[in-house]
Amino acid sequence: MSKVEYDLIIAGGKVIDPVSGLNKVADIYIQGKKISKIETKNLIDQKKLKSTKDDRIVNASDKIVTPGLIDMHTHLREPGREDEETIYTGSEAAVAGGFTSICCMPNTEPPIDDQESVNFVYERARKALCKVFCIGAVTKGLKGQELTEMADLKNAGAVAVTDDGLPISNPRIMRNALDYTRMLGLPVVSHCEDLDLSSSGVMNEGYVSTLLGLPGIPSLAEEIMVSRDIKLAEYTGGRVHIAHVSTRGSVELIRAAKKKGIKITCEATPHHFSLTDEIIKTFNTNARVNPPLRTQKDVDEIKKGLKDGTIDCIATDHAPHSIEEKDVEFSVAPCGMVGLETALGLVITELVDKKILSWEEAVTKMTINPARILNLNLGKIEIEAPADLTIIDPKISWTVDTSQFKSKSKNSPFEGKELTGKAWMTIVDGKIMHRL
Amino acid sequence: MPITKLKSKHLLGLEGMSREEINFILDTAVSFKEILERPIRKVPTLRGVTVVNLFYEPSTRTRISFELAEKRLSADLVNFSTNTSSVQKGETLKDTVKNIEAMKIDMVVVRHSIPGAPHFIAKCVDSSVVNAGDGAHEHPTQALLDLLTLREKYKNLEGLRTVIVGDILHSRVVRSNIWGFLAMGAKVAVCGPTTLMPVEIEKMGVEVFSDLNKALEGRDVVMALRIQLERQKGGLLPSLREYTNLFGITKDRLKRLNKNFTIMHPGPINRGIEITPEVADGPYSVILNQVTNGVAVRMAILYLLSGGEKKVE
Repeated sequence: MSKVEYDLIIAGGKVIDPVSGLNKVADIYIQGKKISKIETKNLIDQKKLKSTKDDRIVNASDKIVTPGLIDMHTHLREPGREDEETIYTGSEAAVAGGFTSICCMPNTEPPIDDQESVNFVYERARKALCKVFCIGAVTKGLKGQELTEMADLKNAGAVAVTDDGLPISNPRIMRNALDYTRMLGLPVVSHCEDLDLSSSGVMNEGYVSTLLGLPGIPSLAEEIMVSRDIKLAEYTGGRVHIAHVSTRGSVELIRAAKKKGIKITCEATPHHFSLTDEIIKTFNTNARVNPPLRTQKDVDEIKKGLKDGTIDCIATDHAPHSIEEKDVEFSVAPCGMVGLETALGLVITELVDKKILSWEEAVTKMTINPARILNLNLGKIEIEAPADLTIIDPKISWTVDTSQFKSKSKNSPFEGKELTGKAWMTIVDGKIMHRL
Repeated sequence: MPITKLKSKHLLGLEGMSREEINFILDTAVSFKEILERPIRKVPTLRGVTVVNLFYEPSTRTRISFELAEKRLSADLVNFSTNTSSVQKGETLKDTVKNIEAMKIDMVVVRHSIPGAPHFIAKCVDSSVVNAGDGAHEHPTQALLDLLTLREKYKNLEGLRTVIVGDILHSRVVRSNIWGFLAMGAKVAVCGPTTLMPVEIEKMGVEVFSDLNKALEGRDVVMALRIQLERQKGGLLPSLREYTNLFGITKDRLKRLNKNFTIMHPGPINRGIEITPEVADGPYSVILNQVTNGVAVRMAILYLLSGGEKKVE
């Protein structure tokens, strides 16, 4: 055995690190909170691995070891709706789902729109099982009128700003936000929705909304705002990140903007590449989400956008809601679904196993890409890097059972769905925070 | 094998219902209609059965029709409307229906502004649920009474050319009638202002028109829908005046129809707006027959959903 001192060795797993290009079996040595050695040649042999009594050696044979997954779009409900999720329970769900970092959105009650509230989040996050990064509000009270003290937010640790849940309807305010954040180096995460066009809509406008008689939200409501934000990004040189892209047209617009060299990034959620509005035929309120589930042609284009790099990240938009709030008529139910504990399984089942993305591409979109957008020094496996690792069992078949969720909320339309692949172990700063 | 029982314990919509099942309901309604012609228009068929009429939206015709159907069948009935309910105190729909069911009832007739509300109730309770109109989704008893009315006149609806005219977007009657007409083998067109035409409706298997004259050409049945003044405020229509000019069913326009044509309207009528009085009251109009048949059809539905198997004596 190696003479290197270690606190933990992840041995025999196939290591996929998009940054270094590593994609082979390696033993990862961890000392304290950091990776101390990445051994690709002198591996611990299989016999030793199986027989060792050293509980600091994790036998990761047949597993895939990746940089710790990062979710850049998580709604934790603290402060305000601790009955639905707290920072702590959200972190439990995160590590169970393989995430070592999550980024909480500011639309809490009250919203995270000043330094004190950012401090509050980080204070609560000290006990969390994973790293929690705070995304602050763009406008005071999420009202879309006055900019927040973004330099203060940044100093307190905010990694981006957004009014997510709501669009910044006034283009002048959005322009100002992009101009202002340019000097701070913060990205603006944009929830693209023209509220006049989405109006009273509760689902995608299409054949299914016509059948059900439910008011529709046209894809146009998103695309018009995506166009606007592309123009604003081009004009101001500010950094726009489009949240939860849901339509074919949005993907096409962003693809063209990127080709033109405009600084814009975007994310897609697992539900927008896995589900269509057909699921709403049963009036399942857990499928009510904003932006709404779209059609197969949108899903196909999102997959294409993931493949060709138009879509940079996969983010959950984890949005917990209580059972009581969802156990109502469809149009009355709040929007959102939990996603931390199904995201990885959906990525493997719907994208990797179906050959839409390679493992490297999938891992890139869940690790280094969000890290780069948010300027986090994470998402890579290298010596001296924080020992945040996700060990994935890529073959395990399992059935989504919301009653087993660590999240306080159970609002998932994937209940009962058969998935392949799951987080087998989640390591945060060298500590095992989840083990299957 | 002839049908002797409905497949579902609820009537939530006509989507997916077979011609055989529809005919079975209509045949049952025919025997109930005979009761309505008797000097004493009451039978003991549903004695001991309790029906709750849950109306979360104002309704005159449908509600009275259901009430009369229940009374003619000797059911016990309770009426509930939003004005007198605990809804205003913030109680959820689920709690409301669970509480009502706890008082031992057998059936719920529900009218609600939200599509899927009856489906939601059906999941919450053990009682049979009858959809009396859910938002712009379905209004199955209305479509059944329309089918009964047409069957009385044409015997077989196969190949019958129908057109529904008006605010297609917001109409529950349209959706149920499309399913009903198509199941019976009729051809269906819809015609209305392009702002009031739901997207991709042609996928339901209907022709789509915005030119009324073209839509009426060679049709046997015209159903006019009520147009609501709110559409003007919502920016969907410039004015009712212009609507009438473009989509009003006038006597002059009837000449494009086939001989022996039929004029229908689910009510309530805006006379002089979507239909002129002379057309609404003309000899080819079956608007009042529709209303009469509504009671018979609802009697049939209540009877069949309460477990009735064969036709009444």
